[in-house]
Amino acid sequence: MSTTTRGEITMPTPTPAPSSLMEKPAFSVPAKKMAMWLFIIADTATFAGCLVAYGFLRNATPNWPRPFHSITNLAVMTFILLTSSLTMLNGVKAARAGNKAGALRWTLITAALGIAFALLHIREWMALIDEGMTLLKNPWGTGLFGASFYSITGLHLTHVTGGVIALIVVGLRYKGGRYNADDLEVLGLYWHFVDLVWMFVVPFVYLLNLAH
Amino acid sequence: MSKDLIVYVCLLVLAAIQFLIAYQSITPTQMFTRMIVVAVIEASLALLFFMHLADNRGLLWFVVIFNGFVLFAMQYSWTDSFRISNGVPWAK
Repeated sequence: MSTTTRGEITMPTPTPAPSSLMEKPAFSVPAKKMAMWLFIIADTATFAGCLVAYGFLRNATPNWPRPFHSITNLAVMTFILLTSSLTMLNGVKAARAGNKAGALRWTLITAALGIAFALLHIREWMALIDEGMTLLKNPWGTGLFGASFYSITGLHLTHVTGGVIALIVVGLRYKGGRYNADDLEVLGLYWHFVDLVWMFVVPFVYLLNLAH
Repeated sequence: MSKDLIVYVCLLVLAAIQFLIAYQSITPTQMFTRMIVVAVIEASLALLFFMHLADNRGLLWFVVIFNGFVLFAMQYSWTDSFRISNGVPWAK
């Protein structure tokens, strides 16, 4: 504060900080995107922990069941999830180009593919439950198989379900002007991560347990 | 074809290779090794091109080093799992 010659008190006008004094974002990545990357790194540790624990049990258990006879359902689920990553990329591209209708359309297509994946997953679970496989027991061997299978695939399915809800909400709010293309891109990172995890779940939890 | 579409086709081909490996007449160890190699290539493609880490070297190294350390640290339990399955010959 300063005083004029007439005794009036004036407030100093704020001067903008020079850009050299502003802290640059880590890795030149916006804060929201960086937060998503940190979440992805933490979630990688969660899934890796589950898969390593699964590997430990499988390696140390002599009568580990190999109950999967067909790969058709699994192949379709994998195709759907990989395709959903491509549609998500198209959605972000459309958003970057300012095409709001196109971005919403691709985002909702991604959500629809996510729903199809989840429904196929639930159908597969129901078939396994019908065959007598629960969390604690199954007719083929150690009960640990059901616990580890449902834990890992359930954790992944939870991520898919959460992602579908987020896709619908963020897509609609982007169309309404509340969110921007950056928000859609951050959500896209999450969706690609869910796809990436599936690339490890398929071989370790399913393909290594195929009945020959 | 755009870069994204090429990466998508590569991922589909790699996924198909994983399914083919599952029907090969090889030992479980060989099958596991081949599958993990294909899965790592798939994950690398998704990280580099779908998640655009190829455009940001600093973030790429941060993610690789951080995750690499965590994944490496988790491998301590394998010796114990082999001990459970094979017994402890030197204790006899």
